[in-house]
Amino acid sequence: MATGTEPQRDSGGVRAGTRAAITAPHLRTDRWWLAPAVTAAGLFAFVVYSTWRAFADAHYYAAPYVSPFYSPCLAENCRTMRAGPNADLFGGWWGISPAIIILIFPLGFRLTCYYYRKAYYRSFWASPPACAVAEPHRGYTGETRFPLILQNVHRYFFYAAILVAGVLTYDTVLSFRDTHYRWGHMGLGTLVFLVNIVLIWAYTISCHSCRHIVGGKLKHFSRHPVRYRAWQFVGRLNARHMQLAWASLLSVALADFYVYLVASGVFADPRFF
Amino acid sequence: MSVVDRQEWDVVVVGAGGAGLRAAIEARERGARTAVICKSLFGKAHTVMAEGGIAAAMANANEHDTWQTHFRDTLRGGKFLNQWRMAELHAREAPDRVWELETWGALFDRTKDGRISQRNFGGHEYPRLAHVGDRTGLELIRTLQQRVVALQQEDFRETGDYESRLKVFQECTVTRILKDGDRVSGVFAYERETGRFFVLQAPAVVVATGGIGKSFKVTSNSWEYTGDGHALALLAGAPLVNMEFVQFHPTGMVWPPSVKGILVTESVRGDGGVLRNSEGERFMFDYVPDVFKDKYAESEEEADRWYDDPDHHRRPPELLPRDEVARAINAEVKAGRGSPHGGVFLDVSTRMPAELIRRRLPSMYHQFKELADVDITAEAMEVGPTCHYVMGGVAVDSDTAAARGVPGLYAAGEVAGGMHGSNRLGGNSLSDLLVFGRRAGWHAAEYARGLAGRRPSADDTQVNTAAAEALRPFSAETEGEAGPPENPYTLHQELQQTMNDLVGIIRREGEMEQALHRLAELRVRARRAGVEGHRQFNPGWHLALDLRNMLLVSECVARAALERTESRGGHTREDHPAMDRGWRNVNLLCTLADPTGGLAATDPARGQIRLTRETTDPIRPDLLALFEKEELVKYLAEEELYE
Amino acid sequence: MSSYEARFKVWRGDAEGGGLTDFTVEVNDGEVVLDIIHRLQATQAPDLAVRWNCKAGKCGSCSAEINGRPRLMCMTRMSVFDRSETITVTPLRAFPVVRDLVTDVGFNYQKAREVPAFVPPPGLGPGEYRMMQEDVDRSQEFRKCIECFLCQDVCHVVRDHEENKPVYAGPRFLMRVAELDMHPLDAAAETGLDRKRAAQDEHGLGYCNITKCCTEVCPEGIRITDNALIPLKERAVDRKYDPLVWLGSKIRRR
Repeated sequence: MATGTEPQRDSGGVRAGTRAAITAPHLRTDRWWLAPAVTAAGLFAFVVYSTWRAFADAHYYAAPYVSPFYSPCLAENCRTMRAGPNADLFGGWWGISPAIIILIFPLGFRLTCYYYRKAYYRSFWASPPACAVAEPHRGYTGETRFPLILQNVHRYFFYAAILVAGVLTYDTVLSFRDTHYRWGHMGLGTLVFLVNIVLIWAYTISCHSCRHIVGGKLKHFSRHPVRYRAWQFVGRLNARHMQLAWASLLSVALADFYVYLVASGVFADPRFF
Repeated sequence: MSVVDRQEWDVVVVGAGGAGLRAAIEARERGARTAVICKSLFGKAHTVMAEGGIAAAMANANEHDTWQTHFRDTLRGGKFLNQWRMAELHAREAPDRVWELETWGALFDRTKDGRISQRNFGGHEYPRLAHVGDRTGLELIRTLQQRVVALQQEDFRETGDYESRLKVFQECTVTRILKDGDRVSGVFAYERETGRFFVLQAPAVVVATGGIGKSFKVTSNSWEYTGDGHALALLAGAPLVNMEFVQFHPTGMVWPPSVKGILVTESVRGDGGVLRNSEGERFMFDYVPDVFKDKYAESEEEADRWYDDPDHHRRPPELLPRDEVARAINAEVKAGRGSPHGGVFLDVSTRMPAELIRRRLPSMYHQFKELADVDITAEAMEVGPTCHYVMGGVAVDSDTAAARGVPGLYAAGEVAGGMHGSNRLGGNSLSDLLVFGRRAGWHAAEYARGLAGRRPSADDTQVNTAAAEALRPFSAETEGEAGPPENPYTLHQELQQTMNDLVGIIRREGEMEQALHRLAELRVRARRAGVEGHRQFNPGWHLALDLRNMLLVSECVARAALERTESRGGHTREDHPAMDRGWRNVNLLCTLADPTGGLAATDPARGQIRLTRETTDPIRPDLLALFEKEELVKYLAEEELYE
Repeated sequence: MSSYEARFKVWRGDAEGGGLTDFTVEVNDGEVVLDIIHRLQATQAPDLAVRWNCKAGKCGSCSAEINGRPRLMCMTRMSVFDRSETITVTPLRAFPVVRDLVTDVGFNYQKAREVPAFVPPPGLGPGEYRMMQEDVDRSQEFRKCIECFLCQDVCHVVRDHEENKPVYAGPRFLMRVAELDMHPLDAAAETGLDRKRAAQDEHGLGYCNITKCCTEVCPEGIRITDNALIPLKERAVDRKYDPLVWLGSKIRRR
């Protein structure tokens, strides 16, 4: 009657001991591999691009625009940006690109972000590659041990991300100047910065930790009407966390690339007024 | 035959729906070691299907609500046939039962001031139904389930064993109640998973098995509703009461087959949906009875104006009472003007813009889209009457829920009869489960305690007979000069067709006699119901065993319906269309004609069921005083009024 | 109204072994996978074991894996498949198989027992409970759960690692912890039970790596990960990994 498979009882998962004897690691017939593949490609592309730009230590400032990768700029080797986000906190000993100092924070924020965790656990670590598709690992302890237990620090990176977003907001304000630092002007770059900062804030505010801090931790919303409304607002954004994560990742890279193009002279920033 | 495993318990509850779990909780809290047996997994009982709410006069939404008004509504709904003491207890105790659920973690929808919200429902004078959106039954079952677990956790802390005082035997079926003399001594059951037999010995057994809908072709009930408790009680010697009263909802889905019987809410019609036959005619105008003529519109134009201006126009005839609408649909189908699948068309798509339909009827839109792939904004639904609930059941003592004539046997919930009279109001079923579930558990525990030291025993002969009966389907092929083995699925389908066609919503003397003949034939053939394979989780075998129960219960329904020559609530006779005050205080009791199951089985005239008439106790004067004289005159016979 | 013959592969067998059995079976308009399984029972395989109950997506009994995806059979319409497609139906693959499409879901009932029950607030009798709708909304979402155990089945923590079963409650029961922790009147804290800490220490919350398959398969559309698991993780952080909160609670206690 039964055709096909003999039980294979060696691994510890869906093909193990008492489970239904099916040798295939999964029986999905749809293109389940597409989503993790696209995710991996997207994240990989960003890592390559940002590594190049972060270590390049060049073409990150074209008045009045400073690349979000280099803001705030905290070492002596920073380009001087008039009234810009540079402060020589680290002094002269810092020899490599000053981007590294500050990028730790947005990197940490995104690395511990609940959405990105899902994205890279699935696409890079295949844990699991897709729903109901067997993962290739023998053991699994999740986020119970070092180093992954450190994912729990997400909220501190959130606090830092707020500060960084504040600085980037300041940069966006500064972009309403012209190349001679006169106020009340606007170029295409200003628009790029505006879009970027809106997406950065939306992504940051939609963070799950933020949702918790703002109101999620409360037991009685009815006793805290203001926080309840804030929680609802964050909740609505939070439902779009994945979209915002990708959109802001793209926009921050674009903003940087725009500065690169202008600073390296490939392209002149079109001025509106 | 191998030795059957036996266990000792104080109380055994058969069924883990609302009534069964409430009974088990009560019995355990009163110190009885309690076992619960259910056919499905724990927490999957049919109670989860209840949507509307739990009727209880808590007066949260309207401060004038009292138990007396609830009682009055219940009696009116049941056309005064209700066992009045049950209706009184039900109305008095329902609020406490609902509040108690909150202390076990239930989360009902709230009013503005933080109390339990209550909604309006048909037949209830005030907003009275405690609810959680449209999933109240799920909330009820989950709360009771979690209460059971909480008690098990208590027991674990004390004894180190979760199941020391309260155990759920899930996916097990009881096929016999065992007796010692006239007293209950336990149950005989099999484990569906393994097919293994076992006996739970207990002085008290509570049946809480729900209804009988699976005997009908079109039903809103699940596979479990095979009338097990009704049949078990009958076989144990207890009488069933009011079995002719079966509630049919006029609009259930009939097509596609995957959703046949699922309810289509009345608000579809309330919001403008119209019923049409295959000729496209709005036929309800032809079915307005004389008594309603002045309240309902005579033309489509007039009816259509009612939706916008109800104060100055008469209602469309689609909104006649449920039995009238069901009767009309039935007549159209019989006259050959039905839809392709034996219903009529219920159409909103030509009556309202798509956007409005989606906004006003989101759950219906969703139900048809998800389950049937039908877009109700673009096409008509096919609907027909669907078997929904049985008012009849085990005749019980009102206060203790004890089955009559069988010491140690209790019944609660849909399987118990009397509470709802001839017709149940929406929302009264969930409160019924809680009120009488608790009472059954309470009195079962007391009874068991009273017997300590003198516990009845289950002898081996009974157990062996029960085992042989349960195994018969496997040896059906070798038995037979009488004919080839029968497929239980085919028999079941024929039974459902018979009950649906001949003892359905509209009943006629000739058809019911015909039904009794067919049931007799089916009974004979059912003895040859054979199954393939082995005992481990074998659905064919399970069905073959359930057939016995469905056949017994179906005969009760048919026989009682033939006897009652009037129309009242859930019993409509075409040949006796009026309600007869002379029948108001008459109950029909079904008992087993021949407990040995002998020749009677093949005798269509006698059958297995004997019917007796019984005059009910007069309604207590203080309860009668809750009604106006003018109203009572319509229901009560002259001599009842002046007593 | 048209019917056609569909090809099915249904896993048949028991704990000793088994395999996919081929069937060709009639399919009519508007049917769901469960209808087809029932037709197989009535016509070709009367002893085909399957669990089902309400057939309307409300009881959560007929969970299985259809073309490799955990789903309710009664809520999977045949019209979502191509007519030429072979449809594979197997039992849930995270639990021990009993027979055919029926699995032993006892793991879930065991886990249900390990979550301490609702603790009623002392001093409030029945009928005295006052709760605001906005305070019960969150827990009400979780109580929509029909316990189909598809989330428990799909979760790779136990699906792919049998050895984690003793230490991990699974999405359904972590959600139950969240439900109770968010219940406006639950008095567990007063009895010394810290549900937030217990989620991490007793119920294995740390094993969850929020890859969201539970949310993907939930037939009730409950946002398990975003609304229950992640908030619970954040609450556990409050207790265990947040020095500021820890310091704050110390100071407030003074």
